[in-house]
Formats: sequence, structure tokens, C-alpha cells
Amino acid sequence: MFACIYVPNFSVAAVLRAEPELQARPVAIFEGKPPLEQIVAVNEQTREYGISPGMTKAQAELCPDLALRPRSPLQESAAHAALLDGAQSFSPVVEDMAPDTLVLDLVGLESLFGSLTKISHAIFDRAKELGLKANVATAVNPDAALLAARGLAVVRGEAESRKVLVIPPGKEAERLGPLPIEVLVDDHVEGDQKEESASLLETLNQWGIRNLRALAALPEVALSERLGQQGLHLQKLARGTYTRTLVPVEPPLIFEEAIELEQPIVLLEPLAFLLNRLLEQICARLASRALATQELRLTLELSHLTGVGDEFENPGIPSESDESLNTGNPEGTPSLSRRILAGQGGDFDFLSNPNIETTMRENEAPQRSRRPTQFSRKLSLPLPILDAKVFLKLLQLDLNAHPPGAPIVKIHLSAEPARPRSAQGGLFLPPAPEPEKLELTLARIAGIVGEQRVGAVELLDTHHPEGFRMRRFVAEVARKTPQKKTPGTAEAQAAVTALRRFRPPLRANVTLQNGRPVRLMCPTKKDVQGDVLWKAGPWRFSGDWWERDAWSRDEWDLAVRNGETIAFYRLVHDLLGGGWFVEGAYD
Amino acid sequence: MSTAVVSTSAAPGRPFLFDNESETDGHCHPERSGKCVKRISRGVEGSLGPLTDPRWASITPASRLEIRPAPEMVPSGIPALDALMGGLPRGCLTEICGPASSGRTSVMLAALGSATRRDEYCAVIDASNSLDPHSADAAGIDLDRLLWVRCGENSPRRDPSTSLGRTPLLANPARSGAPSFICLSQGTVDFEGGKKPKTLRSSESPLEQVLRATDLLLESGGFGLIILDLADIPPQSARRIPLTTWFRFRRAIEHKPTILLAIEQLPIAGSCSSLLLQLGVHSSQSAVLSSNQFFKDPQDWRPSHAHLFTELKIDAELIRSRLDRKPARSITFATKTAWAG
Repeated sequence: MFACIYVPNFSVAAVLRAEPELQARPVAIFEGKPPLEQIVAVNEQTREYGISPGMTKAQAELCPDLALRPRSPLQESAAHAALLDGAQSFSPVVEDMAPDTLVLDLVGLESLFGSLTKISHAIFDRAKELGLKANVATAVNPDAALLAARGLAVVRGEAESRKVLVIPPGKEAERLGPLPIEVLVDDHVEGDQKEESASLLETLNQWGIRNLRALAALPEVALSERLGQQGLHLQKLARGTYTRTLVPVEPPLIFEEAIELEQPIVLLEPLAFLLNRLLEQICARLASRALATQELRLTLELSHLTGVGDEFENPGIPSESDESLNTGNPEGTPSLSRRILAGQGGDFDFLSNPNIETTMRENEAPQRSRRPTQFSRKLSLPLPILDAKVFLKLLQLDLNAHPPGAPIVKIHLSAEPARPRSAQGGLFLPPAPEPEKLELTLARIAGIVGEQRVGAVELLDTHHPEGFRMRRFVAEVARKTPQKKTPGTAEAQAAVTALRRFRPPLRANVTLQNGRPVRLMCPTKKDVQGDVLWKAGPWRFSGDWWERDAWSRDEWDLAVRNGETIAFYRLVHDLLGGGWFVEGAYD
Repeated sequence: MSTAVVSTSAAPGRPFLFDNESETDGHCHPERSGKCVKRISRGVEGSLGPLTDPRWASITPASRLEIRPAPEMVPSGIPALDALMGGLPRGCLTEICGPASSGRTSVMLAALGSATRRDEYCAVIDASNSLDPHSADAAGIDLDRLLWVRCGENSPRRDPSTSLGRTPLLANPARSGAPSFICLSQGTVDFEGGKKPKTLRSSESPLEQVLRATDLLLESGGFGLIILDLADIPPQSARRIPLTTWFRFRRAIEHKPTILLAIEQLPIAGSCSSLLLQLGVHSSQSAVLSSNQFFKDPQDWRPSHAHLFTELKIDAELIRSRLDRKPARSITFATKTAWAG
């Protein structure tokens, strides 16, 4: 058995998928170069206004309620990819016949999904989840299913339940009979084939053949004499007896969504609204393939209008360094609603954070405007996640910290698929932070304290006193410390005397006696001063002499009395720079 | 005197009822106490309506409220401290205070080491960006399980500590453009110009950053130990933290397996903390150093490079514990430097 998914009015369906709020409104799609734009597709509501394909855009604009949208190949390809994902979630054998037509092999799926009726309804529901209203027909051969699915589109004004049709074996001719002969012609053929099909339909019309039942009833020999093999082929299709082998496709795992904007977006709030829609679509597609994502790439095409760019370099617009922006906002980010995307006035921030990359491409053509036209952000996640809300919040926080710098005219979002993580934790393991919550929390804290100032520590293989670097903090539920120490031994050891570092080290005035410090005073920190009661050292350290940033120093451990209190400090004499510094306190 | 006990830590939105069955204390006459209860009950009835009002059905009498279970105590990493206070209580706020060099950071690292050995995730919200990763490693902390939030006024782009060879201490001033140093007189040095190095202004003070980061981490959940390191914040600044903030923190961790540990110079959380530990340099060590015994004793007159800083003796005193009513006690313990062996 085979099922066919057919999306009628595909251009309109692709636009409605990107803009679901237009579902109840009349929508018309136009194509062509101005001023010769023509309407190429309309929805049912538009037909009621008397607008049909072939009219000019100027004529259609007379209807005030009509939503006119340009034909978008990007949205159509995204809708087609979504349709493929939906089909692949049911059957591995899917033939991609046209952007709006897919045929699935359903053999052996009854044990997984139930009866053919259940499968057909499940396919219909899946397409609906992906934002597409499709016709689903099931038949014993692919072409009968295809004709039935196309035929459902011809019957207008039917309820959704009638958009699903299951043809029992042997009933093909009976169920296909009432369909008009126009369903035999593929809308996607071009050139000579289209003309040939049109002439064939005209011939059949002249014979008085209006539906497939009449075509099926014609004598084969007489039909062959008049229309040749093509006529016989059409008759087999009309009877539902033509069988062929399905040509399956293996769609690449590419999850991309894009949207082109008529009017450039200036504020972050409407951008977040559109991003949310794209993210939900991508997440639905990933979910249909039982996948998650670990990497999101956002590419924004920026408007390079010179006048617009100048407008955003207005010094009145608050910049990221403006202190007032960060006050009073509970999320540690500048005010969302008033945050201008071009707040930096072209001063873009190229991050050193390896998890987030920024790429700017300059406009090649107009030299007078040096503003880049593409802005890319990459959001890397430590674990595969499939939550559109989390993605949206992370992108919002990221764009708040790194605004693109110009109005946006096109949004492109892609996700790198990854296997979803296993959520099974150990029964006796201590709880760990939820990865989604933790990512959001870390992004928010990074907005408060700055990136690179929150994370885990990684010690470097060096003797440098500050030989460490920050890296991403990852909390895995099931991770255990590889070498479990014997309980009790570690606890029984004495605690280690810790050093509290002063960052940067405190410059100090040191009184020396016989080359040894006897009094210490820090101009910047009044607490750190006093007579040296006891000292140990000097301990000489040096390193990286082969580098430009070589270091060499003497370290002293001091007990300093300041009034009634005694404190222990590490004093450092920089042998290259010649200064004295208090590096930290033993605490 | 009222006979009902009002707990400030009761769940919000759960009303109390001063019922007649409450026990009286020893200092109040039973008859007089009964009259008090009746008077209070009449007052409450007058404000909320008669006892037949159906709204009363949803109100639980205070005497029937469940007794709060004792919090689970976990080892602090220092056996002497565990003997003193029984460990660190989960779901509670613990304050450790003391002056500089009183061992607060050593106790903090010991607690972190103990928590990560239990495979728990920990977070340090460092108000002054003062954590030394090498000390943390020497204390046996699994650094993969430690989230370090480095608050402070310096911008991350200006902060040289994350990359090697850019610290003003290590870079050659002649190359880096830092002020050069001159010798004033017999070993006293100062830097030329007398101007402080310019640092970037941050949008928030470190204290505000700490509080907001703490709020977010407590809301996120899943951490076994969260430490607020306010040890370098002057007490006059730390005391500006509203008491409501501490109440909020305590409510956020209540009934959760998280330990909230605050390191500070003076106690600032008031009654919100379940444990308050005061640390200080051990009196004998302090006395030895103050008397300058090392230099006066001719037998011990040794050059400074013959000395080695090996240990720090700490006095710990349990100032307050809401968990049990033991009297204030103190102990002494020692922390050893990483090179002491």
C-alpha cells in the first residue's frame, strides 16, 4: 500500500506556514518584476473576492483586506523539507515527486501505527503540526494514491475529515471515477510536455470525456488507435491499475528555516517574535526525526541603506557601555523592548568566546557604504537540547549582548542535528542542574558579570601562578568522578591553607632591611599594611623566558601586623619589572 | 502572654490559628492563659467572621502543623569542625565569618572538596574574584564540578588573569606601558606618577552582581553547595544587603538539598542563618608572632629563607546554631600549606 501527501496551493501554504496569523485572511501570492507582477496563487478566501491567478498585482490591490505576499522560494523549500521530515518519520521509503507531492510506501507499517486509516490520519496530523494542510490518500499503487490526493483538492469546501481518503484494494476505479480528468495532468510539467498535456485534455473534452470513469470505460484498442501509448497510459491511471516501482529519496539532514522581510526590523522584540516562529518550526522538524540540536546558526541579512545606517549611528541611542541600560533589569540584559539592534553604531564585537562565534561579511559592491550585510551568530550548546523556548531565550540574550548593528531584512536559522541525550539518571546519584535551565542561568549570569567570567576552571600545564583558563561549565547527570577516593582518607587529611588572590595584584611600598622586607604598605588597600613580624623566602620562580611575556619573580610569605590583627600575605618582587606586589592573602 | 507559637519560617500563604488547645508555658497561669486565648480567638473571629464560616475549614491550627524535620548534616571536610557543629546543614544558610587570614577560604575549599567528592555540583559566587584555582586543586576539588562566577568591577576584556603573560605583575612595564618604579630610600619603592591604573566602570557593583547571580543559581537548582564569597567586601558595604534578601535566599533553599554558605568578615544575615561560625588566628600563633619571638630568640635566629610557611592555626567558635541548643564552644584546627607535605 502507498500513501500520497499532496499540499494544494503550495505557494500559499508555504507563506501561511511562515505567517500562521494569515490563515483566516485572503492571501494572494504574486511573482514577477515590477510593475509586471502577476498573481500566481490564491487561497479559498481570496477566490470569494473574485481574485484569481493571472490577475495583475495592481488589480488585486484594489481589495483592501487582501494580504499580498511575494513568492518565496526560501519558504517553499523550507516547507518542502518539513514535509519530507514528516513523511520520513513514518516510512523510510519516500518518493519526492514534486515540492508539494510525496509518496510513501506503507508496507509493514500496520504493526507500528495501526490500520491504514489511522496511518493516514496520523500523516495528516503530522503535516498539520508542521504547519501544512495536506491531502492524504492511500491506495494499492502510487499513482492511484496520487490521483486521489489531487482529486481531494479539487473538491472544495470539504471538512478536514474528507482530506483523508483510504481506497480499499480493488475499489480504485470506483473511487477514482468521479474525479475530473484534469487530475491526470501534473502541474509541474513545463514546456512541450505541458502543451502536449493541454492538447490531450482538449481532445478528451471534445470527446465529452469529463471524468476518469468515462476515460476508464473507453475501449482500449480504439483509444490506442487515436491517442497511442499515452492514451493507454492515461486509461490505466484512470482505472487505478498502473503499477510502478517507487523511487525513494534520502533527504539530507539539513534543518534550515528562513524568512524574508518586506520591511526591515529595527527592534529586538519583533525579531524575537520571528525567531520564535522559526525555532518552533525547526524544533517540530527535529522532533519528527527524533533528533535534537547542539548547534544553532543564525544568519541575519542586514539592510545596507546608507541613510538607515547613519540613523543608527546617532549618539543619542544608548550603547552597550551605557550604564543606565543595565540597571533595573531582572535578567541582567539591557531593556529588551527598547533595545535597538544597531545600538553599537557599527562597532561590532568579535567574541573570543569559542562557544559563540560572530562572523561579519562586508558588502562587496558599494564601497561608499562599508557596513557589513551579513551578521552570523553561532550558538553552541554543551548537550543536545530540543526546546524552542530555551533556544529563543539564549538567542535573545546573545543578541542583546551582540547586536547586529543594522536593520534586518532576512533571517536564516539552521540547526545542526544531534542525537538527543539520554535523560536516565542514577537512582542514588546526587541531583544535578537541569541542562536547559543551567544554560539559561549561565547566559543570564554572563549578562551580569560578563562572558568568560562564569564557567568551570581548567588548570594549564604550566608553573605560571595564574595558569588556568575558564571553560564552559557542563553538568551531566550521570557523570561520576572517575577515580573515586576511599571515603574517610580524604576527609581525614588536614585542610589546605588557601590563598586569596588580589586581582590584579596590589602594588606595594615595601621597606627593605638587608634586602628583606620589614614594612609593607599598599596605597590602594589600607588594610594591607603594617610591620612584618615574620617572613619566609625569597622563593624564586621564573618561566616562559622563550616567550615575549617572560616572567621572573621572588616570592615572600609574610606575617604582617596591622593594629591588633595579624595577617599572612604573599609578597612578590617582579624581577623584570622591578615592582613589589601583594599577590594574595593566606586565609 | 500568647500561648501560640508563631514561626517565621512557615510556608507563606498557610495561615495560623491560635486555638484553645495550645499549651501554656510555665510562667503563665493556666486560667489567665485560657482567658488570653479566648480573647484572641474572639478578636480573630471578629475580624474573619464566626467559626461556622466555611473559610475556617481550610485553616490548619498551629498546634497541628507538622514539626519541621531536622536538616540533613553533611561533612564540611574538616573533621574538627564537624565535631564542633555537626557538619553543614542542607537547606539552610550557614555563615562563616572572620578577619583576613582566619581560615575562611580554607574552610570554604574544604567544604567544596567534600561536596565534589560526593559527586555534587557546586558554585562559588566570588564577589572579589579572589579564588585561587591552584589552592582549589590542592584542596581536592573536582574542578569540573565547580561553577565559578567571577564578579568584580573589571571588564573581562581588561582582566588579564585569564590569559597568560598579560598581568601587570609579569609583563615588562617598559613593553606594556605600565608605570615604571623607582627606589625611594633604602629599599622603599613606589610607582611613578602615583595614579591608580584605570579600570573600566562596571554597570553594577560586585555586591549587586553577587546577589543577582545567587538568585539565578538558587532558582536554577541542582547544586549541592552554593558559596557566597563576600570575604573581601567591607562590612559596612555587606551590611547594606537587605534582610529580606537573606530571607529570600533562605526560603529558596528550604526543603532542598542545597547548602548555602556565606563567607564574610562579620555576620550580616542575622536570624536567617542556621549556623554562625566565627574564625580567627589561633591565639598562641598570634602571640608568638606578636612577641617577635623568632627574632628575639638567639637560638632561632635563622635567615628568612630557612623558614617555611607550613601551617595556619585557626580558632573556630560556634556562635549560633538554630539546629540544637548547645552552648557556644570553640575548637582549634590547623590548615597546612600545599607545599608542607
